[in-house]
Amino acid sequence: MLVPVVLGGCQIPSFGAYRGSTTQGQTAFKLWQGFFIAGLVIGGIVGLLILWAVLRYRKKSDTIPPQTQYHRVIEIAYTVIPILIVAVLFAFTFVAENKVTAISEGEQVTVNVTAFQWGWEFQYPQYSGVKVIGIETQAPQMVVPAGETIRIFLRSNDVIHGFYVPQFNYSEYAQPGRTNQFDLNIVHTGVYRGQCTQFCGLYHSLMLFSVRAVTPSQFQSWTQQQSASNSASISALKKQAAKGDS
Amino acid sequence: MKIEGIFLIGVGIFFGLVGTAYWFLSYEQGGTMMLVGTCLLGLLPGSYYFYWYRRMQGSKFFYWGTLENKRGIRHEDRPDATIAEGAGTINSFPGSSIWPFVMGMGAFLLLLGLVFGVWIAIPGVSLMLTALIGVTAESRRGGHI
Amino acid sequence: MTDVIDPPIIGGGAGTLVHDDHAADAHAEHGPSGVLKWLTSTDHKVIGMSYMITSLVMFYLAGIMALIMRVQLWDPHGAIVSPQQFNELFTMHGSLMLYLFAGPFAFGGLANYIVPLQIGAPDMAFPRLNALSYWLYLTGSITMLLGFFVAGGAAAFGWVAYAPLSAAVNSPGAGPDVWLMALALTGFSAIFTGVNLCGTIFYLRAPGMTMFRMPIFTWNMLVTGILILIAFPVLTSAVIMLFCDRHFGTHIYDVIGCHTLIHPNVPAPQACGSPVLWQNLFWFFGHPEVYILALPYFGIVTEIFPVFSGKPVFGYKGMVFATMAIAALSTGVWAHHMFTTGTVLLPFFSLLSLAIAVPTGIKFFNWIGTMWRGQLRFTTPMVFSIGFLFAFLMGGVTGVMLAAPPIDFFVHDTYFVVAHFHQVLFGTAVFAGFAGLYYWYPKMFGRMLNEKLGHLHFWFTFVGFWLTFMPQYGVGLKGMPRRVAYYPSGLGWQIYNQLSTIGAFLIAFGFLLLLINLVRSWRNPVLAGDNPWDAQTLEWFTSSPPPHHNYTHLPPIRSERPTWDYNHPDALALRHGKVPVPAGSRSTNGSGPHNNGDGGAKEKVPV
Repeated sequence: MLVPVVLGGCQIPSFGAYRGSTTQGQTAFKLWQGFFIAGLVIGGIVGLLILWAVLRYRKKSDTIPPQTQYHRVIEIAYTVIPILIVAVLFAFTFVAENKVTAISEGEQVTVNVTAFQWGWEFQYPQYSGVKVIGIETQAPQMVVPAGETIRIFLRSNDVIHGFYVPQFNYSEYAQPGRTNQFDLNIVHTGVYRGQCTQFCGLYHSLMLFSVRAVTPSQFQSWTQQQSASNSASISALKKQAAKGDS
Repeated sequence: MKIEGIFLIGVGIFFGLVGTAYWFLSYEQGGTMMLVGTCLLGLLPGSYYFYWYRRMQGSKFFYWGTLENKRGIRHEDRPDATIAEGAGTINSFPGSSIWPFVMGMGAFLLLLGLVFGVWIAIPGVSLMLTALIGVTAESRRGGHI
Repeated sequence: MTDVIDPPIIGGGAGTLVHDDHAADAHAEHGPSGVLKWLTSTDHKVIGMSYMITSLVMFYLAGIMALIMRVQLWDPHGAIVSPQQFNELFTMHGSLMLYLFAGPFAFGGLANYIVPLQIGAPDMAFPRLNALSYWLYLTGSITMLLGFFVAGGAAAFGWVAYAPLSAAVNSPGAGPDVWLMALALTGFSAIFTGVNLCGTIFYLRAPGMTMFRMPIFTWNMLVTGILILIAFPVLTSAVIMLFCDRHFGTHIYDVIGCHTLIHPNVPAPQACGSPVLWQNLFWFFGHPEVYILALPYFGIVTEIFPVFSGKPVFGYKGMVFATMAIAALSTGVWAHHMFTTGTVLLPFFSLLSLAIAVPTGIKFFNWIGTMWRGQLRFTTPMVFSIGFLFAFLMGGVTGVMLAAPPIDFFVHDTYFVVAHFHQVLFGTAVFAGFAGLYYWYPKMFGRMLNEKLGHLHFWFTFVGFWLTFMPQYGVGLKGMPRRVAYYPSGLGWQIYNQLSTIGAFLIAFGFLLLLINLVRSWRNPVLAGDNPWDAQTLEWFTSSPPPHHNYTHLPPIRSERPTWDYNHPDALALRHGKVPVPAGSRSTNGSGPHNNGDGGAKEKVPV
């Protein structure tokens, strides 16, 4: 009776990271858990060895202790075992990084993200005229459908910025002269905050944005609505920016 | 000189291998060039030390004159060397010298001049030239201990 | 005209002073005095001391900058400094700590002072070049600090100066330019020191001091010297190219004139510069640089653990090869700082980065093995070294996590990375560095530092260290980016920042205690003697402080611990692989003060 309760309620802790709101983010999260546990075990063993030595071998008398200088077997052991551990960690890493960076072949919703000092522009090339732009704490919101593949094309107009959504467990640089692309498959609807991570100058700390994942039908109606009122909202934002910019 | 030579040639070989692997895996030019440069950085002095090591052993391959250069192993490389063997002059250790200070100030002014204006760089260059001449003359005449 | 000093009877076969070629009387005090004496000195001890004092001033200045930043981050929208000032502060804090304190203290200060002593040399191989290195470093430090006094303020693009943020259009003014000049000056200073270190270690060892009898600190400085020669020229070149971009109209790092593209498959027209090139060049320097900053400090604790355990270094050869492996691998991992650029061969760099954990682990086990079954004395240097072990252990584990690109993707440029590198750098440059300061202070000044104050300094620093950086891991995982003057309120990040700030002030108080300790040691000196710690390596054989040209006589050098062998000839009988010899069971052919230099040499002496 205890077993299903334990198994059902027992989940490996997140160790501080987000569990991932995209499939890619969930892969990254599982790798994080594995590395954290490995780190805890290895760090714990070594830490305990240090603590033991410090507590147990405090100077007790003036006799000179045995002048041990080497121990071939132990030395070989603590060379070979870490190599094996590293090989295993690398194998898991390799699999995970291929999954996270994979670009799918199928249908996707494309968003062109342009970063600039100090704001974001989201343009939807498949829905002509749909554009969202915002400066600093206006935090422009990228609306996308959940459950579908979203293809982001990321670039910058000036310096290097970082496109980071913590809950997606993902970030990538927006660079001038180079366009990066990556896929997001958002699992749940919701609003996810984002921020620029790569230091980009004076108002780097205010370069916020968010991603709102909605159902596909809600997304369709949103794009139609945006096409219609697009020009009006852009000029309103620009007026607001001009007033609020100190 | 053997260990030094092997150490540096080892550096060269390691980066030669890594650089080659990196090129064929990534075709990325910048990193490959830097790794090749590092390989050469190891091979150049390493081969020099190894050459001297073999020459001091009397190897005919590296020296085809008479064997008066066969000095064997240096006393700092022999585990059973005594301190008395190292008696005598080791090297020239110039004592007090104003020229490093002058050269340093010259470099300082020169680089500040690149930022703020050539008028600061000119005294900087003249200080550096003075120091160059001064340190050479000092080395010739022996200088202070 | 060489002076020969009669060898003393005790320890027979011990040495003769070897003089330079202009040996009038080395002890006659003719020559400059006062300030001129300091300006013209080429003595490695004076130069090393100058480096250490200058770098400690930089450390305290950079520490004050850190405190100002932590006060600003107490509130989500702090009003202590403006965003521009904050950006200058973190740029200069990082630059001072990395370029002007951690490196120069180790290779310019301690190595300059200690390496010739440890190998039995009278000075460094190129004394005037050594002096030049110091003057370039001093002027470079002044140049970097000049940034605060120019119109437009100091450089504000982070210690890494990524292009195109560091271009003239995005970072105008003289502040960034003096920053670049400071890097050029200190870069050449470091390169000359690297040459000097390698030359000294290769050519000026005393008789019998073979390569595999050198202390591990000296080995680490040799490897550091090679790394300096690998890394710093790349930085200097990159900096010169950036200066050309800023002032001479080149387009090496920027993409002005290129068309930025929506679709990556369409090739770029014309000649574009590349911002990623800056990153490649910088990190090819930057990663070996952090190992240039770490290896000397590993060497320091490898000196301290044997002394205060009463045992030799465990696994000496393993240590040497592990150091070489760390240095070699560190040159091949630079792009792990660039995982999120999308331009990097991920498996190559993640594998090599993970692999660095292996030789580092070997070192850890050797340090533990040195302490194992020893007689541990918890002096100030020893507690600082043990503190280093804990700090670097966790810092190293988080480094392994960062080596995995999927993890790096979500912690890159967050406070997680800030906490990681502070743990490793603080562990090395601060804990191990100040362990070295406390350890060698008696040798350099002939007087002891107060143990009680030293222990208090340690505990405030240790507790403050964990309190400062553990919350930063947490808030970084929650998504707080680095290099931010403000952060959003209502996300629960403030408490982490506040804990971190409190920890920072604890650390600051510990360093105040160090200053008090230093002042007290001058006011009320407690004389140290030649070897107050019963230490093992050659520098503890000479007087404190050492005389001009370091040694009046040298003991026989038959192992990596000549001073220990000289002082404890009976301990030679205990030197074995793993089995201790029961007392009295072997002939004491190596005992007594009249032991000659070859006493006990019939058993295996490690080469």
